[in-house]
Amino acid sequence: MSPSISSPIERVESTPTLSVRGVVVDFPGVRALDRVDFDAHTGEIHALMGENGAGKSTLINVLSGLYPPREGTIHLDGREIRPRTPREAQAVGLSTVHQEIDLVPAMSVADNICLGRHPTRTGLIRQGATRRRAEAALASLGMYVDVSGSLGDHPIAVQQMVAIARAMDIDARVLILDEPTSSLDATETDHLFRVLQHLRDQGLCIVFVSHFLDQVYRLADRITVLRNGMKVGVWEVAALPKPALIEAMTGRTIEREPQNTASGSTDAAPEALLEVDGLGRRAVLAPTSLTVRAGESLGLAGLRGSGRTELARLIFGADAADEGQVRVGGARIPAGSVRDAIARGLAFTPEDRKAEGLVLDLSVRENILLAMQARRGALRPLRPPQQMQLADHYIRSLNIRTPDAETPVRNLSGGNQQKVLLARWLAVQPRVLILDEPTRGIDVGARAEIESLIARLRAEGLAIVLISSELDEIVRTCGRVLILRDRRTVGELEGTRITESAILAVIAGAGTVAGSHE
Amino acid sequence: MMVPSPPARRPAALWPALGIALLIIINALFDLLAPGGPGLVGPGAFLHVSLRDGVPAGALIDILNYGATFVILALGMTPVIATRGVDLSVGSIMAISGAVAATMSVGGRPAAESIALAVGIAALCGLWNGVLVSVLRLQPFVATLVLMVAGRGVAQMITDSQITTFHDATLEYIGLGRPSWLPLPFSFILAGALLGVTIVAVRKTALGLLLEAVGGNPEAARLAGVRARLLIVGTYVWCGACAGVAGLIAAANIKAADPFHAGRNLELAAIFAVVVGGTPLTGGRLNLVGAAVGGLLMQCLTTTMYTRNIGADVAPLPQALVILAVCIAGAAPVRAMRAQKAAR
Amino acid sequence: MRLPVSPRQIPIAVAGLILAGLIGLGAVRFEHFASFPNLANLLGDYAYVGIASVGATFVILSGGIDLSVGSLVAFTSVLTADLIRHGWHPLAASALCLVLGAAFGRVTGWLVRFFALPAFIVTLAGMFGLRAACFLIAGESVSIEHPFLRWVSSSLELDAGAGVAIPLRSLLLLAVVVVGFILARSTRFGRNVYAVGGNERAAQMMGVPVGATTIWVYTLAGFCSALAGLVFTFYKQAGDPTSAVGLELSVVASVVIGGTLLSGGVGSIPGTLLGVLILGVIRLLIDFEGNLNSAWTSIAIGSLLLGFIGLQKLIGEIGLRSTQTGGSLDRAPPTP
Repeated sequence: MSPSISSPIERVESTPTLSVRGVVVDFPGVRALDRVDFDAHTGEIHALMGENGAGKSTLINVLSGLYPPREGTIHLDGREIRPRTPREAQAVGLSTVHQEIDLVPAMSVADNICLGRHPTRTGLIRQGATRRRAEAALASLGMYVDVSGSLGDHPIAVQQMVAIARAMDIDARVLILDEPTSSLDATETDHLFRVLQHLRDQGLCIVFVSHFLDQVYRLADRITVLRNGMKVGVWEVAALPKPALIEAMTGRTIEREPQNTASGSTDAAPEALLEVDGLGRRAVLAPTSLTVRAGESLGLAGLRGSGRTELARLIFGADAADEGQVRVGGARIPAGSVRDAIARGLAFTPEDRKAEGLVLDLSVRENILLAMQARRGALRPLRPPQQMQLADHYIRSLNIRTPDAETPVRNLSGGNQQKVLLARWLAVQPRVLILDEPTRGIDVGARAEIESLIARLRAEGLAIVLISSELDEIVRTCGRVLILRDRRTVGELEGTRITESAILAVIAGAGTVAGSHE
Repeated sequence: MMVPSPPARRPAALWPALGIALLIIINALFDLLAPGGPGLVGPGAFLHVSLRDGVPAGALIDILNYGATFVILALGMTPVIATRGVDLSVGSIMAISGAVAATMSVGGRPAAESIALAVGIAALCGLWNGVLVSVLRLQPFVATLVLMVAGRGVAQMITDSQITTFHDATLEYIGLGRPSWLPLPFSFILAGALLGVTIVAVRKTALGLLLEAVGGNPEAARLAGVRARLLIVGTYVWCGACAGVAGLIAAANIKAADPFHAGRNLELAAIFAVVVGGTPLTGGRLNLVGAAVGGLLMQCLTTTMYTRNIGADVAPLPQALVILAVCIAGAAPVRAMRAQKAAR
Repeated sequence: MRLPVSPRQIPIAVAGLILAGLIGLGAVRFEHFASFPNLANLLGDYAYVGIASVGATFVILSGGIDLSVGSLVAFTSVLTADLIRHGWHPLAASALCLVLGAAFGRVTGWLVRFFALPAFIVTLAGMFGLRAACFLIAGESVSIEHPFLRWVSSSLELDAGAGVAIPLRSLLLLAVVVVGFILARSTRFGRNVYAVGGNERAAQMMGVPVGATTIWVYTLAGFCSALAGLVFTFYKQAGDPTSAVGLELSVVASVVIGGTLLSGGVGSIPGTLLGVLILGVIRLLIDFEGNLNSAWTSIAIGSLLLGFIGLQKLIGEIGLRSTQTGGSLDRAPPTP
């Protein structure tokens, strides 16, 4: 299946500054990068695009010396390089600024820029020279800050600049920026972009990774798209319209159908179980409102990193919101209080079920029991026969494939682990169920079972919020879809208007849809 | 309907039990092979059991006589370690508890009151630790280090820096007092009873589940609505109270409160007993029986050193080496290496 | 909110005020308390705590902890005394002890690094193991008698005038503080220590040799503890296996009171000296009081440690809030 778009170009005029050929990286059980080629030239800003799990981070980590590739070569200015540590990568001129800015906030700005390369005389650091060097590096970016002050006292935007200044200070040939704008506001982003354009014009090769499509189109000259660990292609930005980019990233085709933008507010609706009003958190999510009624299932669509998970966590109270409120069945839930949320009937299965959902060393029975028992309190235990009954009930009704209820959850397959997590929440009889990527990484059979379970629960009158990257799943399961991009709501679709292509079109920003947030 | 089986527990008590067996065998071999030695069961041998004043005596009996302190300390420490904490102050809490009981007793208060106050104050010490760890979010070893060092000072102030001798039949009974119907000292019965009570409290309520969830995956526990902070405070209170009981036994054994030496060097021993009993320092598992057998192993080691004329002061050296070995064997890089080897 | 001083400097300012206040209190209550000879003595009495604290500062700066300080001091002390009793020259015995101390620290660092064991359990085992090893060497206090030591204590003193002689150990403390200060502030190793403690992941990404730094930090701490043990031994003229019990708390307290964060990455060596002086003055006050139980010392140290940790947490939260709300580029002029 090839994307129905202009065919990828290959530039031949000049030899690329950075040339990656046939790189393979394996993780236990997964091939993270499969014979990936990647070229970037001096004087260009090259966007690396793909959904999470496409291999962007892995490729960046290969270039910054964190994962040595199993196969393949990397050439810089025609010379083969094999960076095995971040130190070696920096030494040859590959400098990476990671998303969670990898600097030491407690140290001074000057130290952060010069760490590991402080100017010394007879083994002692020359403080004055260090300061001057840091100031010079920042000045080249148009930044004038007190370099003796702690880095942590400066706003994130300045820290980002310091990270870039550090890269400049090591005479980087290639500057790799991983999600540099994820915690910047619009003005800060503008400033960063001006700096990056300036650096490009001076002859730096910049590799830019971002979830924000608009930004990529503003900034980048060319785009390389990865999907499932493989390279899809490389395009001039001008030759790749947004819908085509989305197609390349997701591997799905957007049909050119007319945009139906009818509003679909239903009046005679059942009770609103979940009401979210202006819920937001600085640098995480713009204020967002939504309502989910009994028996309704609302999909949250958008690329990974668009703010879907963040919204779900703020609703559940896993993270505390700065503003806005959440009401369940009319009762307001204090921000950041998981126990209150659960008591009011909210339930949440997190995206990373192993890290945040399950206690892997505990048994199936114990994991199913956990939320109910946490709610009953330690002193009102379920008697063992009841426990077994409960566990057996869910093992049977959700078809959890496990040798028995006492098997540690660690030993179950992904789909069955997910069912255990669902069972945990069903046992406390929630009114609103928030599912974050419930089918991620699980096989087709289990996926179908979970989908039919969601349908059943909806029929029983639960309100369901479903986050999924599988658009077909959202189309099949949801009566209404909220679409997020760049950490804000950008559109809403309802009923028969929900099609994969319609969702993709909104994600790409092709059409504004009624109900879209300001 | 099928009778539900009790929760499956890992047989972690096996390792400390093997340790005890190994120590006994080594001792026996020593006795047997040493030239001019006592032989396998001759007088003075490790396995020799005699009747002294109608009461059985010998190294093996001593293990049972004096093992209670270790067992109770280990029982208290287990939930703390299971929730990824540690309590370095148990030795000092023992000293405080003994000092309180002795001072009260000398002041003429009834034994019941002395005991209640001693254990109560020990539990308060635990509460202090728990609040520092859970509310102020201090690293457990720093929070409890304060009481480890300062607590001994508190004990000294209570007894006015003296060894306070008391004469109170009830208090003394807690140590080596013997019920007429059993050849074991009361302290051992107490430890056994505490073990039983703890197992019931942990396994017959939901405590065990919640503690293991908090220790196994704190974030998952939080998102499931478990009151992690409260539970953690509770583990330290329990640990303090157990140390208080152990302190009473230690004082009763010598009929005096010694604020300088009571409970000294026992912090590491308690951690050792817990870790060797199958509760890893990284938390998430709770093994009370293993910890209790681990406590007996500690006493076995101590008694061995006594019978070999190695001073009590030197005993922590082998303990330290063994605990390091146990930790290294369970360390993540070592496990990864073993897994790699097994996969090949 | 802009404070006149940076929030980071508040703890050290508070520590300075406390020191001044304590000396003032002593001066009001007791004659001769604030006298020069008395305060000069203080430096000598607490020299070993100071030297060990300088080493521990590096460990805590790197995000670790060392609980084996007291036992290593006692071990050095007993071993030196025992060696001298067996005819070793004090200098030879000292050299051996310094090497052993550094080697012990190196093993500790290696265990922490290679097996990824928690530092507290490794150093706790060290604390108990070494203390027990003291008793293996000598069951009780061993006094030292050597002409060389008599010569050192009588000849190598700095005459500070007014009939006050500053002993060698005080000078040694000052030297260690100065060297430690330079090492922390003006060498790449020192900067690496701050980076590892401040953000280990970032340090790794920035190319700092994290593993080597960690191992060297513990090596340095072992060396400092051994040096502290030597100072202690020659000061007390004896090696006692029961000495320096609880020293680890005093050391941690000195470091934290001196403004070093227990979580690592922030702190300074001169601050640690300030912390040591505060502990010394507290000890002196309790000694002057005469009828106070000496247990008050450890209680006061513990309370002060917790007080300062509380203060740090408070300031940390305020600091966090101010950077979160102050996010703007107002200090940067437009780009070229």
